[in-house]
Order: sequence, then C-alpha cells, then structure tokens
Amino acid sequence: MSSLRDGFGEGLLALGEVNPNVVALSADLTESTRAEAFAKKYPARFFQVGVAEQNMMGIAAGLALSGKIPFVCSYAVFSPGRNWDQLRVSVCYQKLHVIVAAHHAGLGIGPDGATHQALEDISMVRALPNLTVLTPADAVEAKKATLASVKLKGPVYIRLTKYEQEPVTKESDPFAIGKATLMKKGTDVTIIACGPMVSAALTAAKHLTAQKISAEVINLSTVKPLDVKTILESVKKTHCLVTAEDHQVLGGMGSAVVEALATTYAAPVTEMVGVKGVFGESGKPDELYKKYGLDADSIVTAVKKVISRKKRL
Amino acid sequence: MLPQKTHTIRELETIANEIRKDIISMLLEAGSGHTAGPLGMADVFTALYFSVLNYDPKKPDWPERDRLVLSNGHICPVLYATLAHAGYFDRSELTTLRKINSRLQGHSSSVDLPGVEVSSGPLGQGISQAVGMALAARLDQSRSEIYCAMSDAEHNEGQTWEAIMFAGKERLYNLTTLIDRNNIQIEGFTEEVMPIEPLKQKYEAFNWMVLDVDGHNIEEVIDACHRAKAIYERPTAIICHTIPGFGVSFMENDPAWHGKPPNQEQAAEALKQLNAFKGRGLNE
Repeated sequence: MSSLRDGFGEGLLALGEVNPNVVALSADLTESTRAEAFAKKYPARFFQVGVAEQNMMGIAAGLALSGKIPFVCSYAVFSPGRNWDQLRVSVCYQKLHVIVAAHHAGLGIGPDGATHQALEDISMVRALPNLTVLTPADAVEAKKATLASVKLKGPVYIRLTKYEQEPVTKESDPFAIGKATLMKKGTDVTIIACGPMVSAALTAAKHLTAQKISAEVINLSTVKPLDVKTILESVKKTHCLVTAEDHQVLGGMGSAVVEALATTYAAPVTEMVGVKGVFGESGKPDELYKKYGLDADSIVTAVKKVISRKKRL
Repeated sequence: MLPQKTHTIRELETIANEIRKDIISMLLEAGSGHTAGPLGMADVFTALYFSVLNYDPKKPDWPERDRLVLSNGHICPVLYATLAHAGYFDRSELTTLRKINSRLQGHSSSVDLPGVEVSSGPLGQGISQAVGMALAARLDQSRSEIYCAMSDAEHNEGQTWEAIMFAGKERLYNLTTLIDRNNIQIEGFTEEVMPIEPLKQKYEAFNWMVLDVDGHNIEEVIDACHRAKAIYERPTAIICHTIPGFGVSFMENDPAWHGKPPNQEQAAEALKQLNAFKGRGLNE
C-alpha cells in the first residue's frame, strides 16, 4: 500500500540530486506533503513560508522568474483554494515553470472532513491558460509525473492524495504528460477515470466481466492537455461512456472529457461518477467513497445505466 | 553596461518632467487609465532608472541586472514612459497604451514587453515575486538588487503582510521596497478607507529598516536607495511621501484622479503647466 504523496516525495527528492535549480516551498505542511526529505537534504533550496499560501505562490513565481524550478507544496484546499489568483496572474499569465503539488485532494483524505477535502480544484485550475493539469493514478505514476513536470517549460499542477492503495501501474509502464493510458481493453463501454478512481474502475471492470459486459478502462493521468485521440478511439468503438473522479462532477475531469467529445465527435450516452454538488464529511475514505457514490459498485451501476440507454437508441 | 550616473539632479528633474508629459499624452490617447499615481511616482522612477539601477536596455534578460518589480500595475504608464526614456523601446510606441495588439497592456505584462519584470494588476502580488527574486539572487550569490515599487493602499492586502513577514524572517538584505505614500486610493483617502498608519512602526515590528523620503526630492530618493543597499542585516522599506497628480495643480491630492484619464481640455492644461514646471531645483 502506498499513496500518491509518497510517490511525489520520492520524485522531489530524486530531482534535488539531478537538478540544482529545483527548489521547494512549504506553508507549514512539510511532512504531510512529503517535502521533508528534500528539505532535510537540501536545506538551502527549501523555503518555509509559514501559513501563507498566497505569498508562497508569489515567491515561487519570483524564483521562477530568476531561473529556479519551484515546487509549491500544500493541500489543494489551500493551494489553489486560497491562492488561485496568484496562480492565475503571477504564475500562469507569465507562463512560469512553477509546479503546484496539490495534496490531500478528494474525499480520500477522509476524517478531516469537508473543509479539507478538495473537490473543486480540477474545475478551478483547468480553466487557467498555460497550465498543465496532472492527475496521477497511484504512487508509481505520481513519482513519474513529478519527474516529468520539470521537463516542461510552463506551469504544472499535480493532483495528489493521501489515500493508501495498491498501485495499479508498474515502474516499467510508459508515462507521458498528455497521454492517456489504456488500462484494460473492452468493447461495450468506456470507463475513463483519474486518480484513485482508476483502481475503482479496474475493480468495476472485473465485476462487469463476470456479468458479460466488456469494459474498456482508460487512466486519464493528464486532464489538460486532454488526450482526445485516445478517448475518441475508444468512444467511437463503444458509443457509451462513464467517467469517474474523486471530485465534483461539475467542471471536473468528466466535464473536460464530455466538452471535448461534444465538439469533436458526438456525445455518447454518458454517466459521470463523482461528487454531485455537495460537500463531503468526516469518515473513513472507503466509507465516504461508498456513501457518496464513488466506489467500484457505483461505477458498475453507472455502466449498466449507459448500456441500457444505448440499447434504447 | 552600467546606467548613466552622470546626470545632475536638475537634469534628472527635467527627465522626470518629460516622463510626466508623456504620461499625460499617453492617457489622453488611451482614453482610460490611471493618472494620479503615475505622475506622483515619476521622480522616484527617474531616480531608479537614471541613477540607482544597474541594467542594460539592450539586454533586458541579463541575469546580473538589478530588478524593479512594479507591484501596483495600474501605475504602469510611469513604468512605460520611463522604460522608453531609458532606451528599452522607442517613445513613439507609448501612444499604443491600452490599444489592441499593443505591448503596453493596461496593467503591465512581462511576457509582452521586455523590461517589465513582472505582470501585475491584482495588488499584493509584486512584493511576493520580489521576495522570490531576492531569494534566488541570494542562492546564486548574485550581486543584483531587487527593488519593488508598491502603493500605500496595497498594504490593505493580506498577501503584502505575508511577504513582509517572510522577508523579515529571511533578512533579505538585497530587497528594497519603495512605497508610494500618496494617501489616496480609489474610494478616497487611505486613512478613511482603511488606515495603514503607523506604517513605519509596522514595518519595524516586522524586522525591516525603514527610511522616509520626500518622493519628489530625487536626491533624497537616490541617497535612500544607496543607504538601503548598504544595510546588510535586513530588508529596507523606503516610504516615499508623494503628491498624487504631482505637477498638475487641479490633479494634485484629489482621489478623483486616481483612476481616470484627462480629457482633451484637461490634458492641454496639464501639459501647459508641466511645460512651465522647471522642477524643484530650478524653482528654488
């Protein structure tokens, strides 16, 4: 079992060794954002800004303007939750190579409750020009996303969680920013998932196989820019789609997929699995996923809905 | 290249007045924009670009340059006019301010115009970026100095104080802010909208050195910048006491001129007054 944040922490530490321009900032959350190992090994390149996320994003912009590659480490509810304007103007407008490590996203943070469960961050950041939005599926991908983010030139957002799970990808699997991964082939329905929901989608696909439904599962580890080609290839074959994300359905990853399909092909019969316009609450992650309809069973139900609607067409 | 440091104070006052005249012409042509702040800061910008800063207009990305971060981007007409006079681009481009396809955006944009260090508009964002640059310079053991021009009302923003707190903690000796203490903001006088005094004591409490200057006395501004550079234990705030709308009698000290441009008639009168204005030194 491992979490996305662990993968991020390993990636950041590795970057410290190979790239002297990499610096990190933390707003009093160094340990829980897994920036601690970097901070201890490279103290001169680590900046503790205190509980001040707006200033942290601005400092990162200034560092980037002087040639550094800053990692802004905090929780997604605070960063971009409290510093979206600094991300918009100081970072994205200036096309700066700042990497926002947005931790504790989604219901997967569990008992901390609604205030700390970022369910709106994808909506907030994917509207920003110049920003690349990454949603790795597991610790293995989170590390790869972190390493890949320094190879870009512009701003990058990496959505991370604390949720512990078995990895769904392997070290040897290819990873490229902007490229969706086909996790399982199928013919009846396309399931596009991101983050920890990729694991739930694969579990759902197994259940569906037992019920003679062949589901294709795509891991959308980059929400922006969207890999429309991979999505289209699948949806043109299945004509029905379920999206699954640990985020509000309004404006999130599913919305990005549906928007792209509406303007490039035609909207297939679609169900969107995600939080439906409410705040979360305290509880164990898996209890929350079940209660808010974000577990494998919810994906199975959604698949059955789209398939029955497809048959009526 | 080192900037020309051979100007007499009287020559600098003449340059500042030329910059003020350009500001009036630009704003008339643009038909919108801010007048009082740019006029009030023309002397400070002249002091910086014609005496204090180390830069090369032909190499705006020179890593060792001193940086001037304009935090309150709405006074960008003074930055544009100063950059043109300093040789970054031709003065004829100043009339494109706020027009379609112009590099001179309504709030200054670093990706559009070389010489503009940061994009700014939303208040409070410049000082944090200046702090980031100061950290980077320290990390790189660079001798470049970071200056940040900011407004007084910008101290209403929480982010400004976050940055001040952090700069004090880090003892950023290479960071100097120049605060336009003109006492006005959009809706009136600063001490009525949201009092920020005692500003000097507040900065001192955050472990900054604070210097007070007459923002229209170019010699005082230059001296204060040199003193700030010599202070090695902490960042310095230079509170520049200025008169908003400086040089145009009917614009001075009137908050109504914070955010509007002159019309044809007002611009003609303003230029007439500025043409007659010989600077403080010459009036003595």
